[in-house]
Amino acid sequence: MLKLVDISKTFYPGTPNERLALDSLTLHIHPGDFVSIIGANGAGKSTLFNAICGSFYLDKGQVFLDGQDITMTPEHQRARVIGRLFQDPMRGTAPDMSIEENLALAAGLGGWLSHVTGADRKAFRERLALLDMGLEDRMTQPVGLLSGGQRQALTLLMATYQTPKLLLLDEHTAALDPGTAEKVLNLTREIIETHHLTCLMITHNMQSALDLGNRTLMMDRGRVIYDVTGEERAQLTVHDLTEKFRERSGRELNNDRMLLGQ
Amino acid sequence: MDKILVLGQTALELGLVNALVVLALFVSYSMLNVCDLSTDGCFTLGSAVGAMVAIAGYPWLSLPAAMLAGVLSGFITATLQTRMGVQSLLAGIVVNTGLYSVNMALTGNKPTLSLNKTPTVFLFAKNLMNGSALQGQQALLVLFIVIVLVIVLLRLFLRTKLGLAIRATGSNADMVRSSSINPTFTTTVGLCVSNMLTALSGCLTAQMQKSYDINKGSGMLTVALASLLIGGVIFGKDKPMSLRLVGTVIGAFLFRLVYTLALRLNMPAFMLKAVSSLIVIAALSGSYFKDQLPFIMKRLGWHGKEGASNAEAR
Repeated sequence: MLKLVDISKTFYPGTPNERLALDSLTLHIHPGDFVSIIGANGAGKSTLFNAICGSFYLDKGQVFLDGQDITMTPEHQRARVIGRLFQDPMRGTAPDMSIEENLALAAGLGGWLSHVTGADRKAFRERLALLDMGLEDRMTQPVGLLSGGQRQALTLLMATYQTPKLLLLDEHTAALDPGTAEKVLNLTREIIETHHLTCLMITHNMQSALDLGNRTLMMDRGRVIYDVTGEERAQLTVHDLTEKFRERSGRELNNDRMLLGQ
Repeated sequence: MDKILVLGQTALELGLVNALVVLALFVSYSMLNVCDLSTDGCFTLGSAVGAMVAIAGYPWLSLPAAMLAGVLSGFITATLQTRMGVQSLLAGIVVNTGLYSVNMALTGNKPTLSLNKTPTVFLFAKNLMNGSALQGQQALLVLFIVIVLVIVLLRLFLRTKLGLAIRATGSNADMVRSSSINPTFTTTVGLCVSNMLTALSGCLTAQMQKSYDINKGSGMLTVALASLLIGGVIFGKDKPMSLRLVGTVIGAFLFRLVYTLALRLNMPAFMLKAVSSLIVIAALSGSYFKDQLPFIMKRLGWHGKEGASNAEAR
């Protein structure tokens, strides 16, 4: 499915701020995997996503998606098969445009000069109704009027409107209040299950990292230091995870958000 | 009474011809969120091309020729800022400066041209309407048809997927990229369309006023921006797109009307640019100060108890 072969990226090379963000990382994700990723701040989790999406070009290594080498494919072309959600709910939607117009762009239907048809509108309504937020009755309203949770749910719908090969979730519920976060998380699970999506999810909540999905990665200093699935993962507790971190990185886990979030 | 009618008509003619530039800014400034500083030069470019082609004896060809020149100019501005790492504002200024030489070269190093004896589209319309009830109103008629056409086409265009993508680029470029659309492409198309309208306005202005002048476009950006902001007050962001487009035309007309009236009240003609600058400043800083007002009041101690306790503390 997704294969990262020996990828490296250094930011600001040759300056005092030089930082090795990805360090010869190799990773193989199988079709249908739902992988949770944890790690301290600056471990390279988001950088890993940026590398997969093509936000920058790699210094070294290759990225394969479905057997195709996409290492040099520009970001907007990869977006056709990779859906992505950010922590900031404002980032995935255009606030000045209506829900319908946002969906029309995300759906990517028709040619450059095509209009939104009545049939499209009906399809949008049906998909919006699945979110159970009443958005299907507000299709002509600008997205800027929606709450953070509603915007994130809409972004989720947009990112998966045309079933992507890969869905990347970058702490996509972290900026929402607990109730809304849970709702969006449930929606995420539903959508992933219905479409059998392959998904990578960064989270700071170690409990949900263990509860969700079938595989967990722990990252530190641009490398994967712990990769766990199956029986071993089923037995893990949050305490085991912090122990693992100490053991493999030789440091204490110092991310307040991760420790307090338990 | 006659005088007022004449005043209104002048304002309407100038307003309509300027409205094309305002519509151009509506695309670049309001939709694409790019302040295109090459507007002045592009307007003059349209005038120069329009005048030269008309003088060569092809008044009808002058319109598409000027529009094509505008598209080229917009393409260069867009390429500079999306593919060559030149900052957006700087790209406009650089192109604007370069266009001065281009315009001089186009007109054979003449800073002015007279189109008094040149057949123009307006002259054609005048001959057509000779003897009819609309006699003498050729400028209004031609401009009105052009504006209606442009608004209808622009409305249809902004509803297409490409139009939506251009709007989204100004609203959130990240979202455009994640919809598998290249923002470089949408920015380029948007600026080409915008500059095409600016150049068309320049072409029609030169033919309507029967003269070309290398300084024709100077200050046009600010004048059009003032009109755009006035239009935005009439039909704001919450209104449907068609109304917002019509609003820009009304804005252009109102601006010209106020200006024409001020001229009648003995305001010297050279004040045009100062007035447009002031309107732009007032409109842009107005919304800023509206947000800041509560804090300013607090600081000055004008706000109920807090103010009083502050005063005591001192």
